[in-house]
Amino acid sequence: MTETECVECGGEVSLHDDLEVGEIVDCGTCGAELEVIDVNPPVLDRAPELEEDWGE
Amino acid sequence: MKVGILYSRIRRDEKLLLSELRDRGHDVEKIDVRKHQFSLDGTTAPVDDLDLVVDRCLSTSRSLYATRFLDSYGVPVVNDPETADVCADKAKNSLALQKAGVPTPKTDVAFTKESALESIEKFGYPCVLKPVVGSWGRLMAKIDTRDAAEAILEHKATLGHYEHKVFYVQEFVDKPGRDIRVVATDGEPVAAMVRSSDHWLTNAAKGAETREFALDDRARELVETASDAVGGGLLGVDLMEVGVPADAEAEPGEPVDGADYTVHEVNHTVEFKALTDSTPTDVPARVVDWLEAKAEAFDEAEVTA
Repeated sequence: MTETECVECGGEVSLHDDLEVGEIVDCGTCGAELEVIDVNPPVLDRAPELEEDWGE
Repeated sequence: MKVGILYSRIRRDEKLLLSELRDRGHDVEKIDVRKHQFSLDGTTAPVDDLDLVVDRCLSTSRSLYATRFLDSYGVPVVNDPETADVCADKAKNSLALQKAGVPTPKTDVAFTKESALESIEKFGYPCVLKPVVGSWGRLMAKIDTRDAAEAILEHKATLGHYEHKVFYVQEFVDKPGRDIRVVATDGEPVAAMVRSSDHWLTNAAKGAETREFALDDRARELVETASDAVGGGLLGVDLMEVGVPADAEAEPGEPVDGADYTVHEVNHTVEFKALTDSTPTDVPARVVDWLEAKAEAFDEAEVTA
């Protein structure tokens, strides 16, 4: 488990060891959805908003 | 094998798949479709030496175009773009099921508010209005009155983009508080679950409770036929039970005696995390078994050609 900073609120975000680029993590402080941009070291960015054609 | 995964978001489904592939020693190339261009004669995506590409795009539009372009370069891709094309559009999906003789809810497509209202009145209340492209139960409307119908149609015609002016009207199927999701590979069920809810929408994404479902022979037959109808592949086939007496008590996870099924849709970028949680089946393992067989089949076809 590692930690990095939320790009939305600056709070600490805990990250699992099996983190994948493209995965979404939630900030436990502000609730923002964050996309994993890189894993080594971990880099997060605001996740894209839900689009109408997303799904199965 | 060297396998590419087309994606724009890694959900738990993709993590399960990636983990299974890597555990088996496969070489995995993650391809974020947002970062690449697809030209008529090639792509910036690293696909040249891949044995197989698996489409796991969360976005339907990206899925349709990315698979179509890769297929045009001769890259082996699952699911096939033709399958994606049929499954992504509810109207095409319904037509394919009907043509194959698979029981599916009665459906009209209309292009104006007035003609859609005629369809709605014909079906009677309640009936259902769905977007032709959509998922997770979003923008689905159960219409109980003419007043509601008029309001919804006006909103769709005024606020929606052109796809919302293709009015997909369907009979309301009075299912017994649950529907059935089957994940299948080329028509062979991998696992099945019931999704139960007090709400008329029973999508797992809407919070329905899920548990394993024991498919009977009729359900298996319909899954196979529905899969064939859309061109096969790794699919999520959704069924509802029909002909269930109002006082019938279904055992949880068991078919109702004497009930038949209607297939309301087939999904081409199927999510299976809920199924993984609800059944003892190792769904990612079964999916990778199938991917290995597909890669081998593509390879043999190439050698033969």
